[in-house]
Amino acid sequence: MVAPATLRVVRCGGSALHGARAVFSADSKYLLCASGDFVKMYSVATEETLRLMGGHADLVTGVQLNPHNHMQLYSSSVDGTIKLWDFMDGIPIKTFTVGSKLLALYALASSEDSVFVVIPKSGERDTFQLVSVKLTKAAGQDLEAKELSVVLDGVDASPKRIAFGREGEYVASVKEVNLQVYFFKQRQLNRFSVSATRTKGGNNHFTCVACHPVEDCIATGHADGKIRLWRNFYHKKEYTFSTLHWHHDTVMDLAFSVEGTSLLSGGVESVLVLWRNESDRQKDFLPRLGSAIEYISMSSDGALCCTLHTDNRITIINSNLRFSKSIQGLIKSRDVKTGLVVDPRTKALVLNGEPGHLQFYCLQSDQQLFSLDIVQRQYIHQAGLNQADLVKVAFSAQGKWLATVEEREEVTDPELQLKLWFYDEETQSFKLNTRINMPHDDHITDMCFRDMDELEDDSLILVTAGRDCVFKVWVMVEDTDPEAQQSVSWSCDFVGSYHNYQATNCCFSEDGSLLAVSFEETVTVWDSVTWDLKCTFCHPPGKIRNICFGRLTCSKYLIGATDYGFLCCWNLLSCALEWSAYLNVLILQPDPLSEYIAAVSWLSKESSLFVFKPNEPRPIYIQRNLCKEKIQLAAFVPRDEPEMIGSEKYLWLRRSQLFFLTDTQELMTLSTKSLEERLTPSSKQLAVEESLPVTPFSLLLGKHRRQQSQKDTGLGKPVRNKHEQDSPAVKELLHTPAHVLPSASFLCPIFINSLLISKENKSAEEVADEVEMESEKTEDDSDEERDVTEMEQEDASPVELLGEMTCKLSKSQEKELRKIRKIDYSWISAF
Amino acid sequence: TLLQIGCEDGSVKLFQVVPGGIQFERNLDRRKGRILCLSWHPSETHIAAGSIDALRVFDVSSGQTVQRIMVNYHVQKVQRECIVWSIAFLSSGTVVTSDSFGRVQFWDWERGTLLESHTVSTSAVLSLAVSEKEDSIVVGTSTGATYQFQLLPVKMGSLEKRWVRTKPFQHHTHDVRAVAHSSTALISGGLDAQLVIRPLMEKMQKKGYDAVLRKFTFPHRCLVSCARKARLLLFQFSQYLELWRLGSTDETGKDGEVLPLCRMPEHLVQLKSKGPEHIYCSCVSLCGSWIAYSTASRFHLYRVQYEGDSVSIKKVPKLPKLLLPAYQLQFSSDSSSLFVASARGSVHVLQLLEPGGCKHLHTFQPPSGSPEAVYLLASSADGHWVAAVGGDWAIHVYNLKCFKHHCTVPMYSCAVTALAIHPVTNNLVIAYSDQQLFEFSIPKKQYTAWSRTVQNCGLHKAWLERDSPITHIAFNPKNPSHILLHDIYMFCVLDKSLPLPDNSALLMNQSTLKQLPETARQRQLHAFKICKKFQPLLFADLLDENCLVMVERPIMDIKTQLPLPIQRKKFGT
Repeated sequence: MVAPATLRVVRCGGSALHGARAVFSADSKYLLCASGDFVKMYSVATEETLRLMGGHADLVTGVQLNPHNHMQLYSSSVDGTIKLWDFMDGIPIKTFTVGSKLLALYALASSEDSVFVVIPKSGERDTFQLVSVKLTKAAGQDLEAKELSVVLDGVDASPKRIAFGREGEYVASVKEVNLQVYFFKQRQLNRFSVSATRTKGGNNHFTCVACHPVEDCIATGHADGKIRLWRNFYHKKEYTFSTLHWHHDTVMDLAFSVEGTSLLSGGVESVLVLWRNESDRQKDFLPRLGSAIEYISMSSDGALCCTLHTDNRITIINSNLRFSKSIQGLIKSRDVKTGLVVDPRTKALVLNGEPGHLQFYCLQSDQQLFSLDIVQRQYIHQAGLNQADLVKVAFSAQGKWLATVEEREEVTDPELQLKLWFYDEETQSFKLNTRINMPHDDHITDMCFRDMDELEDDSLILVTAGRDCVFKVWVMVEDTDPEAQQSVSWSCDFVGSYHNYQATNCCFSEDGSLLAVSFEETVTVWDSVTWDLKCTFCHPPGKIRNICFGRLTCSKYLIGATDYGFLCCWNLLSCALEWSAYLNVLILQPDPLSEYIAAVSWLSKESSLFVFKPNEPRPIYIQRNLCKEKIQLAAFVPRDEPEMIGSEKYLWLRRSQLFFLTDTQELMTLSTKSLEERLTPSSKQLAVEESLPVTPFSLLLGKHRRQQSQKDTGLGKPVRNKHEQDSPAVKELLHTPAHVLPSASFLCPIFINSLLISKENKSAEEVADEVEMESEKTEDDSDEERDVTEMEQEDASPVELLGEMTCKLSKSQEKELRKIRKIDYSWISAF
Repeated sequence: TLLQIGCEDGSVKLFQVVPGGIQFERNLDRRKGRILCLSWHPSETHIAAGSIDALRVFDVSSGQTVQRIMVNYHVQKVQRECIVWSIAFLSSGTVVTSDSFGRVQFWDWERGTLLESHTVSTSAVLSLAVSEKEDSIVVGTSTGATYQFQLLPVKMGSLEKRWVRTKPFQHHTHDVRAVAHSSTALISGGLDAQLVIRPLMEKMQKKGYDAVLRKFTFPHRCLVSCARKARLLLFQFSQYLELWRLGSTDETGKDGEVLPLCRMPEHLVQLKSKGPEHIYCSCVSLCGSWIAYSTASRFHLYRVQYEGDSVSIKKVPKLPKLLLPAYQLQFSSDSSSLFVASARGSVHVLQLLEPGGCKHLHTFQPPSGSPEAVYLLASSADGHWVAAVGGDWAIHVYNLKCFKHHCTVPMYSCAVTALAIHPVTNNLVIAYSDQQLFEFSIPKKQYTAWSRTVQNCGLHKAWLERDSPITHIAFNPKNPSHILLHDIYMFCVLDKSLPLPDNSALLMNQSTLKQLPETARQRQLHAFKICKKFQPLLFADLLDENCLVMVERPIMDIKTQLPLPIQRKKFGT
């Protein structure tokens, strides 16, 4: 395995698109979905990520509950394996190796020991077939599953384009303009096609398919937004279909409700449409879901439905089409223009979120803290429409001020807006303070605040560099307008330029006394008080791509990277080049809490990381081949408390953690912890719901049953529980207002008495008299609480209690034992 | 043999159909409210009636209302009344209603329960028709859309079946007032003056004439008649006739030029028919001095007199009592007699007397004695022959000189759409609905040699695939080999002297011929010379040797006269 002290690249959020429809667990408490190489398990109630099941070596393409055991989960991956998981414990039970890429997975209740997968047809490119894979029952963790039988040829690779019909009687597959239906029992294959010609601007191509759960009805979605409902498709000629049309663009996914009475459809409009009774007159909408709907799935009890969106968001929707919850990790935006910025206040990562919004992403909980609407304009989904988007963002040192730049790309000249936001302590959110139209005549290339922790608000300075060859300095001024609601506003103080070159970067030194602005090939250093040009540096040829000042002990250095592949370090005191290195640096990121600077280079299709101190030309740490994808952005996020790091080599990770965002908007970090440590399941004990889905009817029925069972269990339980609840003394004690209660010392004996198991219950009741009661309320309460908590523990894990009682084992032994027991258990249930 | 009639006052009356008329039998149970639609149960024991907000089922034998179902019951807080526009009683006991709320509902009449309800439209569903097998229903809505419902099994192999709305069709722009369901097609007719036949592809065995969507705007009849000598045109409208004098020019020009008129066309007379009945047929004599028309119950004859620019019209009194109505009228070429085709298969000959009188001369009876109505007539220019086509598609030729039946043209399995007798050769030219052409020599009582070659060689494929029938045939007296034919979309000069085209040749080759040099053109020539310049073409006839009259009725003209269609937003939800 991995040596203890090596640094590993760990994915920690955001990811490639969800590869498959999400599935609800049988009790609808958990949501399982494929996310990159992992299977994530979310709690439906709390939106938390409960488990991250890793083990696949490539993208997970299918997630399906084991139809014969609802505590188990099949997952398939492009790496050619099917894994069977016990998802409550996050333990892989079995791995079946199929051998070829698996692109979709379907599990049916009617097929005993086989699942269906889509694999590429050997020898032919871009043709796929649906095969059934026999999963052998042999013992052992890793099994070969080579018994394949082809069901359908020429299917589409997308998992949405195959659906299994009522009770697994038939399978429907769509590709381009053809629909194939194969009946398993009759061994009959029917092919239907819609006309391929694009009449009236329609595009008849199939995009997705869903089958009615109880009737013979197939719903297909089309590229022109139509939904066709096919019936009578066992007749080759007398088949018929009806059409539902609301979507104006491609129907992305369809799902029938559990009873089949309604149909859900979604598309790029980010509106979930509910069609009732297959009629186009009765439809309901759930609009404004944020972004295009990619997948729709229903829970098995029909109470919930979830939509996966193209921006990685998961929305959980009630059966009455009410928005219920949203599970959102790192929102995928079309283009992260703002870069990775750390909010000093919350330590959250801040970047582009939804169009025109700024997302605050909490790294610890992998959740979005909130989304700030910057542009404040309705986003209209329409191809070819230029909409204002957020391009730059900067925080002041304490996170009190936020500056944002938005622009709308126009053919002739861009429409720019600089906004300054003030953090309102009362509302706990940012409030717009100043809006500046057209701060520059051309695109703004960089923006920074003067980062001075100890200084007063008045000395806060914002610098923007623009492609119109100037940099501007903005300062706060007292508002003279008596009608203005705020006391301060921002205005331009100084405009600097250098030889009419475009300003590309700007950066303040740590103490805020110097401002470095790069103008194409030259770096200029300005005095931040008098705005005098102090000195210039350049390293021809090549324009300056990044600049930054050194920190702490290295504050006399200025680092710059050019696009000719040089990393230069200039000494500000001597105004001379200290050292330079040949390195194609894409990203230059200084750690705000130490003198270390991280540089990420991109050479021959791999990213490498270099960490160095400005005062030494030799890097402290090099990691070649950081990841295959191009790294777009990086940021140091300060740790809450310095981590203990053994190795000298990784000392730079002590104060802050380095995060990267790749091209596919996956967030990565570097970790010294080994794989096991990171993947150990959270200590939370998941309550296992053994019973099958709860329906309103079974709830009613269950209430009745539970009462009965409570009576039964009551006999087995210690008498104390029952007695304590029933005791009128305690009741009285708790319900009497505090000011009429007698003193605590008086009440104490009564209370104690009430807890004692008396031979006659009556005695306690007789003693209980209101006047006599006296108690230290706090103490009693705490007693009570303790009892209650104990009880809850017992209730939650009666099995465990038994285990503990049988033998006293050491913690580790117990853990092992539990693991073994759980594996055993799932084995039994699997066969 | 029973006829039921629903009345506005809410009563349902039962009539016995007897030969020659109907006879009132009795009234069924009367309740308040208009009766808008009625339907027999196939076993004729019950009648379902739709009225406002409710439908009722009557027992025929007792005349009692056995079930009354409130259609509006399920819609709360709706103040509008719900009109049941159409109703159908299925043999299974299901009553299908379509109402003004845009719903098609299926009721179990015995229990009075709603089985299924489909809202197909936001506007009213006006018409409804059930297929013979009762597994398919077509409904027409006031938005011009028609929908098909099919009775489909819920699961494969199971007996449980359900009505599912399957295909929507939007062929109309206005109300669909009537629908019909044949075994292979859905037929709908609407306020936009179109009849649409939409074939059901799944019922079609092979591609053919029936497997194509058909739209008809004009009846397959000649609605214009021409007084060649007087240069007058008589237009037949549904309630009136219009007589126009054609304009004329004395200039000549090249192909494609529009010549200036020296006299404008002139609207001479508008003749309104009395009463609500539609005009069924009309005719003007060649000299223009007689006009005859017939409605469903009455026959009228007028004498027209021209004095300079003024026109006077006089009704001919004391018409002979004839069996009515007339299905076709035809004046003889010398305007001395009028042929009246009757509903009972006979042709009456009336002699026209100056100055405005007439006399019954003779009645031709078909030798078979068939009672089918005669719907087409043709008389010869020399006044010897008259040909008549009955509803059984038999063509009888009668001799006018000795007033006897001359011969019968061999039967053909299609309807005759047009026929005419050649003025010179006395050949009868017949066009059938399957686009076949025959030429029959009346004196020889046999098909001509040319007609036999046509049958042997077969007509061009493109000719046979045309979808509108030939409605009128005319001849060029100067060139006996020319036959002038036209349908709604084309005008054709058939030259018998030229070879017939084979299937590889281009049928409509006039434009390509123009570009060819003279020698090559001679080789490419074939019998059919087709012109598609005028559409939709209602009438074409040769006035004299160098003057042809064409009557075109632009569709847009009709559309502008229609009421406004229901306005809908394109993306209205």
